[in-house]
Amino acid sequence: MINPLFIKRMGLNAMNKVMSNKLMVALYVLPALLLIAVLIFIPLILTGYYGLMDWNGIGDMEFIGLENYINGLQDGKFWESAFHSFLLALFSTLSLIVYLAISLILASKIKGADLLRKIYLIPMLLSSVAIAQLWIKVYNPNNGILNSILTGIGVENPPAWLAEPSIVLYAIFIPILWQYAGFYILIYYAALKNIPESLIEAARIDGATPLQIAYKIKLPLIMGVIKVTIVLAIVGSLKYFDLIYVMTGGGPNGASEVMASYMYKLAFSMNDFGYGSAIGFLLLVITLIVTVIIRKLTASDEEIQY
Amino acid sequence: MNRFGYAILYICLSLVALFQIFPILWLFLFSLKDNREIFSGSPFALPSELKWENYQKVWEGGIGVYFFNSIWITGLAIVLTVLLASMATFAITRMNWKLNTFVLGLFMVGLMIPIHSALIPLFSMFLSVNLIDHPLSIVITYTAYNLPITMMILLGFYYTLPREIEEAAIIDGSSIHRLFFQIILPMTTPIMSTTVIINMIYNWNEFVFVNTFISSDKYKTLTVGIQNFIGQYMTDWGAIGATLIISVLPILLAFIFFSNKVVEGISSSAVKG
Repeated sequence: MINPLFIKRMGLNAMNKVMSNKLMVALYVLPALLLIAVLIFIPLILTGYYGLMDWNGIGDMEFIGLENYINGLQDGKFWESAFHSFLLALFSTLSLIVYLAISLILASKIKGADLLRKIYLIPMLLSSVAIAQLWIKVYNPNNGILNSILTGIGVENPPAWLAEPSIVLYAIFIPILWQYAGFYILIYYAALKNIPESLIEAARIDGATPLQIAYKIKLPLIMGVIKVTIVLAIVGSLKYFDLIYVMTGGGPNGASEVMASYMYKLAFSMNDFGYGSAIGFLLLVITLIVTVIIRKLTASDEEIQY
Repeated sequence: MNRFGYAILYICLSLVALFQIFPILWLFLFSLKDNREIFSGSPFALPSELKWENYQKVWEGGIGVYFFNSIWITGLAIVLTVLLASMATFAITRMNWKLNTFVLGLFMVGLMIPIHSALIPLFSMFLSVNLIDHPLSIVITYTAYNLPITMMILLGFYYTLPREIEEAAIIDGSSIHRLFFQIILPMTTPIMSTTVIINMIYNWNEFVFVNTFISSDKYKTLTVGIQNFIGQYMTDWGAIGATLIISVLPILLAFIFFSNKVVEGISSSAVKG
């Protein structure tokens, strides 16, 4: 009789041989790897390189050293757009508190919670273009639903929301809030539902109030998830483009310009590809630096176990 | 908690639901009205008669081309992305080679990249190989940029596949291709369907690549196509409403039929940052 262990060892040998075949590894991994190398990594390097050029996108490039980068760092319009991006990041982060509060309610034995969180998620499924077009109509000064309601309850001369430089950024933030609310509530809800019921029960028996339970037990337990959402909200905000590009094009007069829309305008409207590339590279650097800083700030030495 | 407290909580949650759903309902209502009714009647009123001709008008106006482009470009990019991501994930998690963690790291770095930083070089690269205003540029760009998130979702599942299955197949003399295509791939159907859903939402809604690379109407997808359309119907709100409803309908239908899968897909995409 053949020893079963022998067969097992032969099988493992055969498997190791097959699974270590370099040609096969290459065949399976290279198509995907080449695609991201050519379409993600090489363009990122080229962006930094094009930033050193005076170039209109079609004609010859002329090497001008760091001029575009120096101009970029001294460009008031760029810093204004960066400031708008950071304001959106700040609003997005603060709005997480609201989403968290809603999720805490939703996860506290509410009937129909599953249906509600699906309803909350619906705007997240629409394209930013459709959302932008819809909210252009919502904000329409004469016939939009917002001003119809406002005049209906007696407000005289409600503002033309997207045409006022002082309010346009806030007006744009409302659809962003609307779009992402369901996403964050979904994440928080799932994390809260993961907390063992026994922990909550024990606290309740010890006489803790619902607020104490939320603040002292639930929040610390989902702190890891909260940190992830802070990173998502901030980094996501720095990349906003579609919605703003369609709703206002960065206007009026640059009042809603963000980094990505400023870069896009420089390259594809003003044909200044060299300077646009430099701004694009600054966008990349700023995003990576912020990502690293936020990750450092939110990284904790100890993960809470339960 | 007492009944009064619960009532207040329900009211809060319902108000949030109303805020989330109301703009879409309003859009649907005015897509079935004419301008006279939209501008003079109450925005909350049901249409006095359903103006389905708004839909007929925009469909005959040529939105069908964009719709068809969105379908085939989204579909082709999904197939390519999920297939290539599955193959790469298989090689990284199941095969023995030295650089696998490094290569995995490269894909994961791809999650953090702001796409706008790559836009100008992508444009000039496609220009130099005559792929500007060619749908292939869109398909391969979608595939490349969705590979990292797709692999991220697949990874966990591949790590948990039992070794014994591969062992048994190889002892039986199966080639690595048969092992992957006929045994492993079918086993990953549940997680593949999640990645299909998430890719579908991303591709269907993508805007900036199409807006930058495609200029001919015959290749535009819905997100960019409806921009022209809406410009052309400037003051015809009913037509604009119908255009927007048509553009979001497929995703909303997918949500109605596969809501749990969509929820799962969106939660597992949360790593994207």
